[in-house]
Amino acid sequence: MAPTNVSDPRYFHKVVDCQWACPAHTNVPQYLRLIGQGRYDDSYLLNRESNVFPGILGRTCDRPCEPACRRGRIDEKPVAICRLKRVAADLRGDITDRLPKAPAQKNGKRIALVGAGPSSLTVANDLLPLGYDVTIYEKHNQPGGLMRVSIPSFRLPASVIDEECQYIIGMGATMKYNTPVTSMKALLNEGYDAIFVGSGAPHGKDLDIPGRHDTSSIHVGLDWLAGVHFGHIEHIEPRVLIIGVGNTAMDCCRTSRRLGATDVTVVARRSRAHFKASPWELDDAIEEGVHILENHAPTRFVVENGVLTGMEFERLQWTEDKSGRQSSTVVGTVIVPCDAVILAIGQDNAVPWIESDLGIEFAARHMPIVDKVTHQSSRPGVFFGGDAAWGPQNIIWAVEHGHQAAISIHLHCSGRALTDRPPTGMTLTSTKLGMGAWEYSNDYNPSPRAKMQHEELVKRFSDVSIEVELGYTPEQAAREVERCLNCDVQTKFTDALCIECDACIDICPTSCLTITPVRESEADLRRHLSAPALNTKQELFVSGPLTQTSRLMVKDEDVCLHCGLCADRCPTAAWDMQRFDLKLGYAGGLLAGAEQR
Amino acid sequence: MTSISKPPVRHPSAQKNQIGLTKADYEGGMSTLCAGCGHDSVTAALIQAFWELDLPPHRAAKMSGIGCSSKTTAYFMKQSHGFNSVHGRMPSVTTGANAANRDLTYIGISGDGDSLNIGFGQLAHAIRRNVNMLYVIENNGVYGLTKGQFSASADVGSKSRKGEVNEQTPIDPVLLALTLGATFVARSFSGDKTQLVPILKAGLSHHGFALIDVISPCVSFNDHEGSAKSYAYMRRHEVEVVETDFVPLRREIKVPETHEELTVVRMHDGSEVRLHATAPGYNPRSRDTAYRHVQACVRKGEVATGLLFIDESGREMHDMQRTVTTPLAQLPYDVLCPGSAVLDSLMERYR
Repeated sequence: MAPTNVSDPRYFHKVVDCQWACPAHTNVPQYLRLIGQGRYDDSYLLNRESNVFPGILGRTCDRPCEPACRRGRIDEKPVAICRLKRVAADLRGDITDRLPKAPAQKNGKRIALVGAGPSSLTVANDLLPLGYDVTIYEKHNQPGGLMRVSIPSFRLPASVIDEECQYIIGMGATMKYNTPVTSMKALLNEGYDAIFVGSGAPHGKDLDIPGRHDTSSIHVGLDWLAGVHFGHIEHIEPRVLIIGVGNTAMDCCRTSRRLGATDVTVVARRSRAHFKASPWELDDAIEEGVHILENHAPTRFVVENGVLTGMEFERLQWTEDKSGRQSSTVVGTVIVPCDAVILAIGQDNAVPWIESDLGIEFAARHMPIVDKVTHQSSRPGVFFGGDAAWGPQNIIWAVEHGHQAAISIHLHCSGRALTDRPPTGMTLTSTKLGMGAWEYSNDYNPSPRAKMQHEELVKRFSDVSIEVELGYTPEQAAREVERCLNCDVQTKFTDALCIECDACIDICPTSCLTITPVRESEADLRRHLSAPALNTKQELFVSGPLTQTSRLMVKDEDVCLHCGLCADRCPTAAWDMQRFDLKLGYAGGLLAGAEQR
Repeated sequence: MTSISKPPVRHPSAQKNQIGLTKADYEGGMSTLCAGCGHDSVTAALIQAFWELDLPPHRAAKMSGIGCSSKTTAYFMKQSHGFNSVHGRMPSVTTGANAANRDLTYIGISGDGDSLNIGFGQLAHAIRRNVNMLYVIENNGVYGLTKGQFSASADVGSKSRKGEVNEQTPIDPVLLALTLGATFVARSFSGDKTQLVPILKAGLSHHGFALIDVISPCVSFNDHEGSAKSYAYMRRHEVEVVETDFVPLRREIKVPETHEELTVVRMHDGSEVRLHATAPGYNPRSRDTAYRHVQACVRKGEVATGLLFIDESGREMHDMQRTVTTPLAQLPYDVLCPGSAVLDSLMERYR
C-alpha cells in the first residue's frame, strides 16, 4: 500500500470536514477559535476572506458545513457553526479600515456585472482591489438581489445587507440602479473587457392546473415575497395554502403568518424525509403554528364565482422498489378549503435579454452552457455565476462562483489562459508549547449544542421585520466554540521517528490508530484496525514502513477528536499536532492566510 | 505529563462484554508515566484481557509495591479493590489478603527493582506458597524512578544511558520461577499485545501463582543503543517459543485443521489454553525442557517469549493449608472467632 501523500493539501483539507463541505472553503475552526477568544473583528475578517458576507450568511446560510461536522458523528448535534458566524458579525467593532481597498491607480480594465446579488458583489469584491473599473447593473433600487428581495426581513434585517454590500460598493463600484439590462448586444457594445452575468434565478415556477387563471388569489412565491418586500402586499387572507416545501415555501408560510393569515398549511407531494427545506427552517415554521400536509399532489383550484374556495389534491401512497426507486399510487382525492394559495415549487433563471446570435449558447431549458471551472460561457469574456449559471443554489455557492469567476476575469483581462488558475497551498505549524501543552484548547467539552433564543410569537407577528433569532450571548458563544473539535489541528506523523511503543494506540480514546503489517487492499485494511473503519467517506492515513518492524502506522480519520493525546504520549514527537491553514487561490494571487492576522 | 483527562467519547463500534461493560469501564486514571513507557502498553493489555474475560472489577484486587511499575495499578480498573504496599512487600500483603478472601482475583503488578532487588525474598516465598494470583513483572532493567541505575535484571555487558557497563550477573525471573516450582511461567514484551493478552488471560485463569515477566522498555533511561531491554533490542532478539491461544469456557471450541502439534491445557475454570511450540522438541508442560531452552536462548543472546511452562494440576496455598473454602470475610463471627472457651480447649492439647 502506498503511503498517504500528506503534502497534497487535499488530504488535510478533507480532514476539516466543515471546511471541505463549505463551497467557499471557509476556515471554520480558526474563526471559531477567534470568537472563543473574543477576537470578533479578526474572526469576522477571516470569515470575510472566503465567504464575503458573514453577517448575511450567519443568518441565512444553508449550512453545508453542519451536517458534515465531525462533532455530529460523535455527539447528537454538530457545532452551531452558522450561528457562531453571526456572533462575530454582530459583536464586531468598526473594521472598515481593515477592509481591502481599491488602488488609486486603476488598471485600465472595465468590467460589467449584471445584477447586484451575492455572486456579482463577490466578483466586485475580488476585482476592485486589483484596480478594475467595475460597473454593476441592478434592476432594483438597492443592492443585494435575492438576499434582499426574497428573504424576509424577519430572517435577515435590511441593515445587515446594507452594511455588507456597502463594504464592497464603497471600494468604488459604479452602481447603475433601476437599470435592468434588456439587451446583451447593447451591453457588449459598451466595450467592457469582460461581462459577468449574476442575475440569479428570479422566475418562480407556475402551476398550470385547472382554475389557475380564474382568480387573483393565487400567487407565485418569489413574486409575492418581493411584493411584500416592496410594500405592495400588506396582508393576506386567513386561510392560506403553500404548495412546495423548499426554503422559499418556509419564507412564504412564515410571512403569511405575519400578514394576517391564521390558518397556514404547507402541502407536499412527498413525506417529510424528502423535504427540501432546511430542517431548522421547517422547525421554525412549525413553531409559528404552520401545518404540514404530506403526500398530497395538487390537481385543481376550486374557484366558485371567481372566488377561490379550496384546492383539490390527490392523496398519494409512496412505495419503494428494490432499487430504491419511489413510485406513488393515488389513494383518494380531497378538497382542502382555502382563501389564497402561494406557489413555491421552484425557480428558473431567466435571461430573455441575451440575444441568440451572440455566440452565447444555451442548452435545454434555456440554461446557458457554462464551464464548471472557469465560469465562462461559449463566448469568451462573458461569464456566468450564481443561480444564473446552473439554476438555484445557496448563497454560499453564489459567493464561490463569484470568486472563481473573478479569477477567470482577471486571467482573461491579463491575456492568460483561464486554466492557469492559482494553486491551492497549505501551511502546517506545530501547536506544541511544551510538555502536554498545546496552543489550542484540546480538552473535550461534553456540553450539548447551545439553543438559539427566539423572539416571542406575539411580538414576531406584530411586524414583518422583527428578527426572530436573537443571537448568542458572548458567554454562550464561547461555550459553543469549545464544542468544536479543532479538526484543523492535524495529527502529523513522521514515520522515521516512531519507535513503535504503542503509546499513541493505547491512549487514543476513539481507537483511531493501529500499527499493522502491510495489507493487500484498503478494504482489507479497514477491517483489521483497532476499530473497524466503516465510514468509507473518511480517509485512512497510511504511513511509510516503520523503522523497527516495517509495519505501517494507520489512522482512521473518521472519529478522531483531535485531542492531541497521541502526540502528548509520543516519546519521540513522531506525532505532532500541527495547525493546517489552507491557502486558497483568489484573483489577487494567493490569499494571505490567518497567519498574518 | 498529560494535562487533560481522556475524553469520554468512544468509537461508535465499541462493544460491551458479557457483563455489560465497555473497555473504557476497565480504564483507570490518566497515566503519569513518561510518554512511551512500556508499562502503559502493559496496562492497555491488562484492560483488554479483563474486558475479554468479563472480569467484574469489584471482584478484583490490584496489588502493588513501589516503583514506576507499581504506579500502574492506578491506571486500570478504577472500581476495584487495591493495595499499594511498602517497597517489595506486595507478595506478602497479597498472601495475607488472599488468605483472608480467596474469592477475589488478585492482580499483582511489580517491577524488576520491586521484585528482584528489594522484594526478592518476598517473591520467592509467594512462588513457593503458590499464592493464587497473577504476578506481572514490568521488567525494564533499570530503576526508572531514580533515573536509571541498573537493576538486578540488567544483563552483563548492557550499557546505561551514560555508557557505564553492567558487570553483575542478572536475575532472570523466569529461570527463578522455574527453579522454585512455579506452576505458570511466561515471558512477553509490552510491544507485542497479540502475544501478551492471551498470556494474561491464561494467567488470570490459572489456579495458583502465575508469573509473567514482561519486558517493558524504559523509554527515558533504557531505550538506547547498548541496552538489552530497549524496544529495538527486543524487536531484534525476541524469539517466540510458544504461541498461546486462550479459549474461554463459553466459546464453542472448534479445533482448526492443522498438522502442527498443539498442547491443550484445560484450566481450572473450564477454559482452555492451547499452546503451539515453535521450537522443535519444546514441551511447555515439561519444567526441564523449559529451563534448558530458556537458558540456551539466554546464552545465544535471545529472549525466549511465550507461555513457557504450565502445570494446571498444582495445588495452591489454600489447598496446601487446607483452609476453609468460605472467605474469612464472609464467615459468621462466632465461626471466625469461636471464643475463649474454644481457645482454652485448644491450648489444653499442648499441655
